[in-house]
Amino acid sequence: MAAVAQLTLEDLRPGLGWRKQLDKLFVIVGLLVMIACLAILAILFLDLVRDGASRFGWDFFTSFPSRKAERAGILSAAVGTTMIMFVTALVALPVGVAAAIYLEEYAPKNWFTGIIEINVTNLAGVPSIVYGLLALGLFVYQFGLGQSVLSAGLTLALLILPIVIVATREALRSVPKAIREAAYGLGATRWEVTRDHVLPYSTGGILTGLILGLSRAIGETAPIITIGALSFIAFLPPSPVSGEFPFLNFEWLRSEFTAMPIQMFNWVSRPDQAFQANAAAAGAILLGMTLLMNALAIWIRYRFRKRINW
Amino acid sequence: MQGEQTSPSAGPPSVSITVEDRKAVRANAPKARAEALNFWYGSNQALKGINLSIPEHQVTALIGPSGCGKSTFLRCFNRMHDLQPDTRYQGSIMLRPDDINLVGAGVDPIEVRMRIGMVFQKPNPFPKTVFENVAYGLRLRGVRNRTDLAERVEGALRAAAIWDEVKDRLSDSALALSGGQMQRLCIARALATQPEILLFDEPTSALDPIATAKIEELISELRQHVTILIVTHNMQQAARVSDFTAFMYLGELVEVGATSMIFTNPGKKATEDYITGRYG
Repeated sequence: MAAVAQLTLEDLRPGLGWRKQLDKLFVIVGLLVMIACLAILAILFLDLVRDGASRFGWDFFTSFPSRKAERAGILSAAVGTTMIMFVTALVALPVGVAAAIYLEEYAPKNWFTGIIEINVTNLAGVPSIVYGLLALGLFVYQFGLGQSVLSAGLTLALLILPIVIVATREALRSVPKAIREAAYGLGATRWEVTRDHVLPYSTGGILTGLILGLSRAIGETAPIITIGALSFIAFLPPSPVSGEFPFLNFEWLRSEFTAMPIQMFNWVSRPDQAFQANAAAAGAILLGMTLLMNALAIWIRYRFRKRINW
Repeated sequence: MQGEQTSPSAGPPSVSITVEDRKAVRANAPKARAEALNFWYGSNQALKGINLSIPEHQVTALIGPSGCGKSTFLRCFNRMHDLQPDTRYQGSIMLRPDDINLVGAGVDPIEVRMRIGMVFQKPNPFPKTVFENVAYGLRLRGVRNRTDLAERVEGALRAAAIWDEVKDRLSDSALALSGGQMQRLCIARALATQPEILLFDEPTSALDPIATAKIEELISELRQHVTILIVTHNMQQAARVSDFTAFMYLGELVEVGATSMIFTNPGKKATEDYITGRYG
């Protein structure tokens, strides 16, 4: 009987050394890449801040755009962005969550559902200008909503819908099967299980997904240019609240508007050098808002995860 | 004798039926009876022609090696298999006294689950307060009045022998309880809706011996209120806790009888081999 050669530790040791080196090398490469990315982000941010430093101040936030660079501010742009984000969130949240609930809890696992799932992920890859064209034809002209805050909000809601759906599905999936079984065992219907158990415990993940979607939408320029955002408006959309009955109105939805990315683009395109500072300042603010929203999303996810331990 | 239930007073038939005999018969009248029950997961037949009576207000244990189908059989009683795709029942489980076929196609699984309760292997309380856990089943059935709810929740917690431990912690999270307490909470949750049969799927396999002992004691007491069907892979537990034991193997019911008889004088060799540990 031929004896199988026994590998001793001395035989293995040289190879072991090389494998450990590879391990350390990977850690170093990973760290370097991460530092490079963070450095690029930091440099970009600091560059914007430095260029726009002269313009930071209360009057920058409260002035309308003007022909004079020193007097131009982002009031209308900031208000426009805020209103659009509000509409986007209001539309994307219920539609996205409902679609995710259907796909996750109710849809049977057949080829038709498979096609829907594939297409939801594909939607995330559609270029945003295509959404703009869709919105122009559908919302602005076909539905007659005009070049308004409402159209912009609906367009961006469509844009971030895949993000909300995917994040919601992940959150729904993270609810353990044992909880659902316990609820079914007591005689609950599928909707009761979803409403009383699955949805409440998925709220963290859903909110995180929504905020991540919004932080993407806040910087989208192409779709809202296509549907006709103006770039020099010296007025604000009408206020939703007023002194007389009914105290809430929806006139602001039909109003023309501008948004932060549009304003930046407009300023950067001007030949006057002074406007570059304005654009840089607005860019820094926009970047800051995006980072803040992401931080909020992470914090919410952390808080919700702490509360629930399965 | 296969598939037939023996009464504890087995022996030559008496000439005159005494009052005691009648009581014994009534005490062991079946609450449910599985007749020619077959079950498939896809194309795989997991249960083959099961005929078994579950006597009322008694504890019936299902024992057998892994994969013999005892959990599958248990889950037929409350239609939990309906939650998976591609499952099929054939035959019937008749519930007395209404004579409803629990696995019948025309019977709503939600209605079945409202009459048959279940306690699972790993304690799975909802991440809500202790009170809300027990009240959930009642809320599903439309009980809204706070006094009613409080009363019935207390009743269920007392019946599950956990009232004294949680009466000051009703608004605390159920997840703060120990494993054994969580399982008793799950039992209370199932009891709150006054089920006709309570199913236990290896309820103590995830618990320490002290918690196990408390729950076994509880199960023994509960039989006066509700019929109990318990699946256990622990034979000693079956011997301690149950009145009747059914031995299953590879999807078939091999033997059933009074627990004392099965464990001391089993009729079939397969049963004897399993009980003496010749195979697991």
